[in-house]
Amino acid sequence: MMNRYTPIQTVGVYIGILIFLTFILLPFVEMFVTSLRPLEHLRTTPYRFWSDKMSFAAYSSMWESVPLLGRYIVNSIFISTVVTIFTMIFVVPAAYAYARLDFPFKTASLGAILAVNMFTGAVLLIPLYRVLKTLGLLNTYWAMIVPGIAFIIPTGIWLLKSYLEKIPVELEEAAYVDGASRLYTMRRVVIPLALPGLLVVGTTAFITSYAQQFLFAITFNQTRELQPLPAGLQEFVGRQQVTWNEMMAASLTGVVPVILIFFFLQKYLVAGLTAGAVKE
Amino acid sequence: MAIERTGWMLEKSLAEPVKPVARQPFRLSDRAFAFLLILPALLFIGVIVAWPLVETVRLSFTNANLGGEEYVGFENYIDLWESRRFKNYVQLTFFWMFISVLAKIVLGLVGATLLNAAVPGRALFRMLIMPPWVIPIAIGCIGWLWLYNGTFGLLSGMGQRIGIFDGPFAFLAGKTSAFYSAVVTDVWIGTPMVTLFFLAAMQGVNKDLYEAAWVDGAGRWYRFRRITIPQIMPVIVSMSLLSAIWTFNSFDIIFILTQGGPRGATTTLIIDTYKTAIGNFKFGEGAARAVVIVVLLAIFSAVYMYLLDKLNKHYGVK
Repeated sequence: MMNRYTPIQTVGVYIGILIFLTFILLPFVEMFVTSLRPLEHLRTTPYRFWSDKMSFAAYSSMWESVPLLGRYIVNSIFISTVVTIFTMIFVVPAAYAYARLDFPFKTASLGAILAVNMFTGAVLLIPLYRVLKTLGLLNTYWAMIVPGIAFIIPTGIWLLKSYLEKIPVELEEAAYVDGASRLYTMRRVVIPLALPGLLVVGTTAFITSYAQQFLFAITFNQTRELQPLPAGLQEFVGRQQVTWNEMMAASLTGVVPVILIFFFLQKYLVAGLTAGAVKE
Repeated sequence: MAIERTGWMLEKSLAEPVKPVARQPFRLSDRAFAFLLILPALLFIGVIVAWPLVETVRLSFTNANLGGEEYVGFENYIDLWESRRFKNYVQLTFFWMFISVLAKIVLGLVGATLLNAAVPGRALFRMLIMPPWVIPIAIGCIGWLWLYNGTFGLLSGMGQRIGIFDGPFAFLAGKTSAFYSAVVTDVWIGTPMVTLFFLAAMQGVNKDLYEAAWVDGAGRWYRFRRITIPQIMPVIVSMSLLSAIWTFNSFDIIFILTQGGPRGATTTLIIDTYKTAIGNFKFGEGAARAVVIVVLLAIFSAVYMYLLDKLNKHYGVK
């Protein structure tokens, strides 16, 4: 048949995939191997990939070298969770309005919201710093949460709007006809039907927020106890030396939450994110 | 009677699906309800994005610093216009964006094509390409920082073993190598997303097209060139623009790897802005740089859309 590959082609495809995956996964492999090697073995030349004394020692010693490490990881998860919750509170009603209702300035206001994607926090840091200062939020969790939310809302609205538009409108109309109020319809008809879409938006918000905590943390927060992991990892850079093995162990440990979430939800996530890329 | 009435209403509402008849007196109008729904999001974005943006423009006409601020007119902009260094940064940023986006698009196409091939195990491979996108950017960069390490890093070590380098090679120390090292890391972080979208688009292409071409004796490469690429073009086009904006604004990667160095070799506009405003507390001068970024990006997007439109018309698309 058409899509049957000759053995040579199959081998070619596998070799291609192997090269591609090597590029993608090499840093992780090296990070993992580094986390297993004793520090003095890491600081030898010529370079060796392997050591004879591999152990998970760094995974226990890292908590002592950087006593706040556990706190940093919890902070990261906490910040992302709050960002996700607030993002949903803002996104769900707005996405519903854009998907279902007609109102003046609909296109214009949606365009304005999506234009936020053109900026990053880095462009607006100076006034943002002042806004946060005025609101008394500097050096609190909110200094990292509030700007995080603002830059995720546009993508969230866009994703959920696309999802809602695929749900048949008839069900809502049936509820209206039965005399249900708008809010009731939203709560009991729309939200249950949109659950997979909400899951996608929520997961995206969490992953994005977890991935992008660095800038706001180093700029708006000086309180050590509140730092998220990406900023806290700097502490493995000591005065004398960088404890690379512990830093890698800590990095990989900090990645576990998002990797777990991703692997469990990846089916929904991939389908939901790319829905716009596939023709109806 | 009652049943008839309900039936009539159902029929009417199905015939006009967009506007269900508002019967209950307590129900808000579409307009009012919609505004209530979007108001929180708009207000929030207004305070956290729109107002700071306006404020950035205002600050760009001042010499604001830790001591206070005075209006200085266009002085900041004139300084930027006359600064050769700043012009170099502008050039560097566009080069950085161009080369990085090009690499992401090409790699994304290659990757998506490979992962779209019907071979056993592809579901697993598709999952394995995603980690760079999922993990915190800062953590990925720490991994690369270690790979690029001249004395103890894997890349330098392997390079010496196979004879590319004579001695330890510190990737982030030389101007050219630091720039391309940052590009590689940026591409590494950005490629999974691009691949994912291209793959989804490829899976959405109508199979009949391939079937028909195959019946006519078209080879694999021909089918890729004449069916796959044109069919997924809309996605390539939109991913390119999105990717360009993200790359232009990319901060974490460069800041962690090189902090803009060595000797400005990786100082893109966003890094320059950050260093001026936050590093040296020159808020006014930093704001002027931020405004330049926004204006350049707006011009770039507009030109991109305009050219696209022309191209579409030329080829008679839509």
